[in-house]
This record gives sequence, structure tokens and C-alpha cells, in this order.
Amino acid sequence: MPDPVLSLRKLDAHYGDFQALFGIDMEIAAGEVVAIIGANGAGKTTLLRSIAGLLKNQAGQVSYQGDTIGALRADQVAQKGIALVPEGRQLFPSLSVEENLLIGAQTGRAGQWSLGKVYALFPILKERKDQASTTLSGGQQQMVAIGRALMANPDLILFDEISLGLAPVIIKSIYDALPDIVGDGMTAMIVEQDIGKALSVSSRAYCLQEGRVSLTGATDTISRDDITRAYFGVEA
Amino acid sequence: MVIAALGLLVLAAAPWWAGRADLRLLGEIYLYLSLAMLWNLMAGYAGLVSVGQQAYVGFGGYLLFALTMFGGLHPIAAILAGGILAGFLSVPIAALIFRLKGAYFAIGTWVMAEVFRLSFAQASSLGGGSGSSLPVDVVRSLADSRSGREALSYWLALGAAVIVIACVYLYLRSNRGLALTAIRDSEVAAAGLGINIWRTKLEVYVVTSAFTAIIGGLIFLQKLRISPDAAFSVNDWTAFVIFIVVIGGIGTLEGPIIGTILFFVLRETLADLGTTYLIVLGLVAIIIMLKAPKGVWGLIRSRFDLELFPLSYRVRTHDADKGA
Repeated sequence: MPDPVLSLRKLDAHYGDFQALFGIDMEIAAGEVVAIIGANGAGKTTLLRSIAGLLKNQAGQVSYQGDTIGALRADQVAQKGIALVPEGRQLFPSLSVEENLLIGAQTGRAGQWSLGKVYALFPILKERKDQASTTLSGGQQQMVAIGRALMANPDLILFDEISLGLAPVIIKSIYDALPDIVGDGMTAMIVEQDIGKALSVSSRAYCLQEGRVSLTGATDTISRDDITRAYFGVEA
Repeated sequence: MVIAALGLLVLAAAPWWAGRADLRLLGEIYLYLSLAMLWNLMAGYAGLVSVGQQAYVGFGGYLLFALTMFGGLHPIAAILAGGILAGFLSVPIAALIFRLKGAYFAIGTWVMAEVFRLSFAQASSLGGGSGSSLPVDVVRSLADSRSGREALSYWLALGAAVIVIACVYLYLRSNRGLALTAIRDSEVAAAGLGINIWRTKLEVYVVTSAFTAIIGGLIFLQKLRISPDAAFSVNDWTAFVIFIVVIGGIGTLEGPIIGTILFFVLRETLADLGTTYLIVLGLVAIIIMLKAPKGVWGLIRSRFDLELFPLSYRVRTHDADKGA
């Protein structure tokens, strides 16, 4: 494996007295698309929040492009080129679609993503650009959330449950756009409950169970049985 | 736009068509409007619900007196200097009170304001607890005649209100204003997109505090007399201002304007009733909060699709033009 873009070393995460992650080790190479799967409460979202700086860790637990970033604030992490598409989309309701996208460019990072390119990826957003973001359908809102993250021109993009609450046909159209996003070498981590979807777009997968990595491997080598065991923690 | 410019011209000419009492009332309205605009930016947009902005009103007022009496500064220079000093002073205060959240933050700001009041009450050279008046020669340095001075302090109040409204409007339309609105909507998403929440809020706090001190200086330039209780009155400089913003519509630019008009209409018609007036104000506040939580302006906007300040969904930046 080439030098990892992101590596986690014995990453723990706590919410008060409750420990959500226990010593996670992980390495992600440049250009990889990695799926993180696991049941509810397995720690998938916590993992992404820790990487994005929304949860504080010890500096050395998260390294990114050679820097230790575990103790940085979320905005500092974003400046370094990690963008999060948060669970539940978290759009800004008092801003229009276009303003939501422009906020993504606040980091001022240079790169190929611009309003024009996001509109080319999701043409419907251009038609709706002056509408309040809350007037869009769920799928369109998800497109705004993804476009907003892309506007930051990240090197690593984190997708948290982008299929949550959407109809299958919408989920399919959003996942169809993924190759265009990661095609140019952007590294991606995809957290999903929909295992099939997550595995179909990724090259490697980690399965979490109660805050620990219970299975890892290339997506074409791990079997359904392995996943079932790693997912539920019982013999299938 | 043309109507606004004409209206401004008519208001600027008020010293020639309005009586002395009306001029004074209008000046007071502008200053309250400015305070309301600033508090609205801080609480309605940045989410910093302070009940201690009287700290800066009083600070600005006292600095006007101190710098003119002991520093020999011209009153206008003293007011501006007071604003700048208040801006600097607000940084360590912010470092302290920003550690508090929600209701604790509100109480913290109030405590800070009380510290200000008690500190200035100790200054015996400024009259201690009983306060002092602006010396005659300082007042004379503004203008020789009484009418000239009153006209000048009227124009200063009008100018301050125009500048405050323009600054708040331009700030909200800028990229930073966009970031501020984003923080208000979702702090998690804003932080994840590279917006430094702490610094953005600090900026707003420092700038509003500096402007609030300038307005405070103008208020006491009009009154010519200052005392700790008047300068740091939570009722006059915070409770009424919150009332104005909340009944007008918090988190909108039009809200403080409508609220100020409503407040002064109520005050001028009910002031003779004494305590009843305060009871009526309280009732109005309760009814509006229950029936129209977005204030009078929110009510108007939901009926008619109308905006005085085109702010929502129309921000244009250079990038936007390129991409669209």
C-alpha cells in the first residue's frame, strides 16, 4: 500500500463517561474508497466525527498527510482538506441552495470543484439555485450537502449515511454520481447501513461492532457470512 | 432606494422643521434604533444573547466625560476613542464569558455590566455614585448656540443610525455574513466546512461592543449628565432594546426598525399612565411572543412577500457570477 492519506492509531472516543470507540486502527491510501459498515450504535458516525474534528481526540491518534490532526478543531481540519457530508444533511435553512454551496468554499482551497462543476454534476440544483434549501426534496437536499462538501475541494471526503431516509430510486441516482466525484483521485470514506450499496462502490471495507473493528478486507474477498458474523457478533 | 434617500433628506433637515422637543425625541429614536440593530446582529444572527450590553453603553458615556474633562479631547473624538477602547476591552471579556453557554452566558454578561457599574461608581473624579455633568466649556466646544448644539447632536444620532444600519447590512451580505448565518442554522455543519465559529462570534461581539459604546457616548452627549445608575441601566439599555428587537422580529434587519417605531408609539401614548405603561409593554411582549414568535415583521412577511432589505436568497459574490 502507498503512503496512507489517513491513519488512525488506537483511536478512542468518548461521549462523557460513555466510550464509543475502542482503539481503532485504520489506514486509508490516496484515492481509495473505503466503506465503513456496522449496526446502529456501532460507532460509525462517531468515527467520522472524530476524523472531522467534531470530537476531540489526542493529537497522535489521527494522522492526515503526515500531520497529526487528532486535537484540531473542526474548522482547522476542514482547512486541511477533509470535508464531511454530515448525517441528516444539516443544510442551512435560512440560506438558498446556491448560498449553501458557496459556504462550502469558505475554506478557500483551490481545486477543480466550483459552482459550475457542482451544477454539472447535479443539474437539478442549478434550476433550484435561488430556492430555500428546505423547499427541496430529500434527495435534492442530499445533493446540496454533497455539493457543499465538494466546494471545499477536499482531498478526503467523508459520507455519513447519505442514503438515510431516501427512496431507493433516489439513492441509486446519488450513488450513480459517486464515480464522477471520486474518479479524479479524491479519497472517500462511506458510512452506510445499506451494506450492498456501500460495498458496491468501495474497494475496501471495515465493519465496526460495538466500537471495535470486527472485520476488514477488500470488498471482493469478504463473504456475506463473514459480514453477518462481524455485523451482529453471532454465528450465522 | 429613491424614497429612502428622500426620506433621509427630510430627516436630515429636521432641525429646520421640527421643534426642540421633537428633535430630541427623534435623536433618541435613532440611538435606540442603533442599539436595537446592534443587539439584533449579536443575538439574532450570532446567537450571543447578551443582557449586558449596557456595560458598553455606560462605558462609552463615561469615556466621553473622562476624555473631554481630563484628556481635553473634542467630544466627537472622545466618543470615537471610547468606541475603539471598548472594542479592545471586549476581547478579554469575550475570552471570559464565551466559556459560558445559553442562560449562563446571559447571566455572565449581566455580571460583567454590574462590574462596570460598580467600578465607575468608585471613580470619585467622575462624581462617584452621584455622577457628574458635562462642563460648560466642553459643551461650548461643540457649538456656540444651544440650537446649534442640538442640531449637531441630532445629526450625529442620525448619522450613527445610518452608519450602523449600513454596516450591519453590508456585513450580512458579505461572505462573513453568510458564514454567520450558517453558524446560526447549524454549528456542526458550519464547523465541518471550515468556518471558525469562535472567531466569527468574537468578531461580531467586538464590533457590536465598539459601536454600542459609540452610541452610548452619543446618548450621554444628548443628556449632558451621567451617573452610574443611568449609564449602566439594564432596563433602559437592554430590556427596552430586547423588547424592540423581539416585538419587531429577531434575526431580521427590518425587525428592529419596526420594533423601534412601535416602542416609541407605545411610549409616547402611554407614558402618562406611569406604572401601567410598563405593564402594557409587558403584555404586548407576551402577546407577540405567543401569537407571532417571529415578531411583527415576521407576521407581515408571512402575509405579503415583502422585503425592505433584500438579504435572503439574493447574495451574489464574484464566484457566483462566474459559476452561474
